[in-house]
Amino acid sequence: MTAVATARPAGSAASAPAADLNRFVEFTDVEKSYDGRTFAVTRLNLSVARGEFLTLLGPSGSGKTTTLNMLAGFERPTRGIITLEGRSVDRLPPYERNIGMVFQNYALFPHMTVEENVAFPLSVRKIDKADITTRVGRALDMVRLKQFGDRRPTQLSGGQQQRVALARALVFEPSLVLMDEPLGALDKKLREHMQLEIKQLHTMLGVTIVYVTHDQSEALTMSDRVAVFNNGGIAQLGSPDDLYNTPQNSFVASFIGENNTLAGKVEHVVGKECRVALDGGGAITALAIGVAEGAACHVAIRPERLGMAAAAQAGNRLTATVDGRIYLGDHQRLLARLENGQVLTVKVGPEATMANGEPVMVSCAPGDCRAFPADAGTGGSKSKTTGE
Amino acid sequence: MTAIPPSELDRPALARGRSAADADLRSVSAAIRRAEFGDRLRSLALAAPLLVLLALSFGIPIVLLLSRAVYDPTIANALPQTSQALSGWSGSGLPDDAAFLALAADLKDNQAKGTAYELAKSLNARLPGARSQVLKTVRQLEGAGDRPPLEVVKSVPFWSQPGTWPAIANGTHAVTSFYLLSALDLRWNADGSIERVPPEQAIFLQVFMRTFFVAAAVTLATLLLGFPLAYLIASAPKGLAAILIVAVLLPFWTSILVRTAAWTVLLQKFGLVNDLLLWLGVVDDRLDLMYSRIGLIIAMTHIQLPFTLLPIYSVMRTIPPSQMKAAYSLGGRPFTAFRRIYLPQVFPGVMAGCLLTFILCLGYYITPALIGGASDQLISNFIANYVNVELNWEMAAALSFILLVFTLALFGIFARILGLDRLKLV
Repeated sequence: MTAVATARPAGSAASAPAADLNRFVEFTDVEKSYDGRTFAVTRLNLSVARGEFLTLLGPSGSGKTTTLNMLAGFERPTRGIITLEGRSVDRLPPYERNIGMVFQNYALFPHMTVEENVAFPLSVRKIDKADITTRVGRALDMVRLKQFGDRRPTQLSGGQQQRVALARALVFEPSLVLMDEPLGALDKKLREHMQLEIKQLHTMLGVTIVYVTHDQSEALTMSDRVAVFNNGGIAQLGSPDDLYNTPQNSFVASFIGENNTLAGKVEHVVGKECRVALDGGGAITALAIGVAEGAACHVAIRPERLGMAAAAQAGNRLTATVDGRIYLGDHQRLLARLENGQVLTVKVGPEATMANGEPVMVSCAPGDCRAFPADAGTGGSKSKTTGE
Repeated sequence: MTAIPPSELDRPALARGRSAADADLRSVSAAIRRAEFGDRLRSLALAAPLLVLLALSFGIPIVLLLSRAVYDPTIANALPQTSQALSGWSGSGLPDDAAFLALAADLKDNQAKGTAYELAKSLNARLPGARSQVLKTVRQLEGAGDRPPLEVVKSVPFWSQPGTWPAIANGTHAVTSFYLLSALDLRWNADGSIERVPPEQAIFLQVFMRTFFVAAAVTLATLLLGFPLAYLIASAPKGLAAILIVAVLLPFWTSILVRTAAWTVLLQKFGLVNDLLLWLGVVDDRLDLMYSRIGLIIAMTHIQLPFTLLPIYSVMRTIPPSQMKAAYSLGGRPFTAFRRIYLPQVFPGVMAGCLLTFILCLGYYITPALIGGASDQLISNFIANYVNVELNWEMAAALSFILLVFTLALFGIFARILGLDRLKLV
């Protein structure tokens, strides 16, 4: 088992042709149930490539943490197989998996100094004292905490504590590091700073990271790929821009980024596109993502894809009245109430001046509107490939 | 008019500004002090009823009782003339006739005042056998008629024995180390140095040792039983943990007397425990569990279990499960993780629980009295005996004082090793 931290660009490993590299970690039909009736995780199939930064993103109770715990060895799958570098880890206890883990509450040992905390994984591996000292020093240097070595964890700020936890999880050079909402307890500014820091460490060490979060912007910022979890399964797996631009179901469309959702019914499907009659009046042309004629559907449109139409513009045109305006500095959000009563959020420039009640024409290209079946798209299915 | 440089102009103004700022700061800190003083006064006033109650019902009686260990004016008050006569005595051999005469006069006075028995008892505490001799002399003095008192006193051989007069002389000092030394099986010898009492009279050191041994055994037993249970409760799901805690606390809701009585039922020769052991074939013959050391330790362990368990449990509860997960994921095997991560963190709770149980065990009275045999009586039983039966409060006070000193010393050592702030009693 090689756990060498080489300076290798993160992306290259993910795109390496060798199959074993792409299947560094593999979940095959994994299911987990605690009570025998309901499943916390169902039919999970997921591969993680060596050196990849994969994020498990989802609301609480979606099964992402259970998935991570099964990989770490704290939970055993009820069914299915998890392999690590081609070997099944079913009978491997957590302390033999050689996986680094970072917890949301840091889980630092309060009775030990920072140095002793970082030295713990080395000392249990019976590495000799001098070697431990150098490696602990190097690890603390890496997270810029060298001068805090003899402090107790409680004497450090939240961000510093999490950096200690990072150093501790990386110091024994595991080839896989799991992070369970590691930045959840930090404030926004520190969180953004730490995101960059973790990303830099990932690039520098070439280590594989499986990261759990419920914060979609965190997932988009850091990940090579994101698995969006819902109801115990993967709703969609793809790169951040895949998920943002081409969501495959209404759950992903509404969970990732901001989206307007219009309820309607599919009138007819022509090729890739369909015509949707909106509830309460009006119609719109949208991309058909797995919708059937006559079925209820949700049409998702990003606020930045909506425009205030000049008369000549092609595509969908909806008449609306201004219902409110939110000033956000670099842009504004306009609330446009359609004739059928549904409200759209439109991103407009900072200079736009529209009074409440003013009639406007909202437009969008059919290719920017995505129609999903109203009831589906909530995971539980095999991991889907991205793209259309 | 001469132009004044601006800097000259500014200086006094600056100084004024600075002193004004200083005064301002001073008045602010004074205001803060005033406010804090008021707060402290208020909280003190709220606690005052309790403090008064504690002082009246606890502090003052304890001080008064313990002072009896070193202050005993009974003999000095009862024998004023003898004290006077003995003031010039060398302390060796017999004193002169004046002392015998003074003693006779004092004994008569006591008989007249009705305090002769009290004197006899008090002298008996220091000089075994003195009680009957004093009372006998008093009776003879009363019925002596015109026989000279000196002759009467001298006719009782007791007053001419070598140990008698040093003991009386000692007793005429109101402040005495006699009882404290006795509590440690020590005494002053004729040369004025401290020596051990003869083995046949030595009892208390052995009782203290026994008390400490029983307390240590019970503490160890509660720790061995309580630690795993505390761990189970701390890691159990909420509902189950609540039930287990109630089960642990349930005995608390019955009186210690009832629990002890229950154990006498269970531990009897023909009690349930013996029946069960016999039925299981663990023993061939019925064990003497009642009135034995082992029965005493069993019953005390049962009563003390919650005291050891609860501090351990309360510390265990504060250790997040992710700590052990982290230890495992970092490569720590279960035993290593337990020893290096879990145990050091629950150690203050273990210490607190053990200290609590150990100290409480030192003062056990009811349970050893009912379940222990004659050779299982602990120091509290002796103290109770001196208070209730012997009416020798001085000895009771001395034993209590020694016990208190031992207990405080022990507490001091614990606090020194661990630091008081880390001793998590609750």
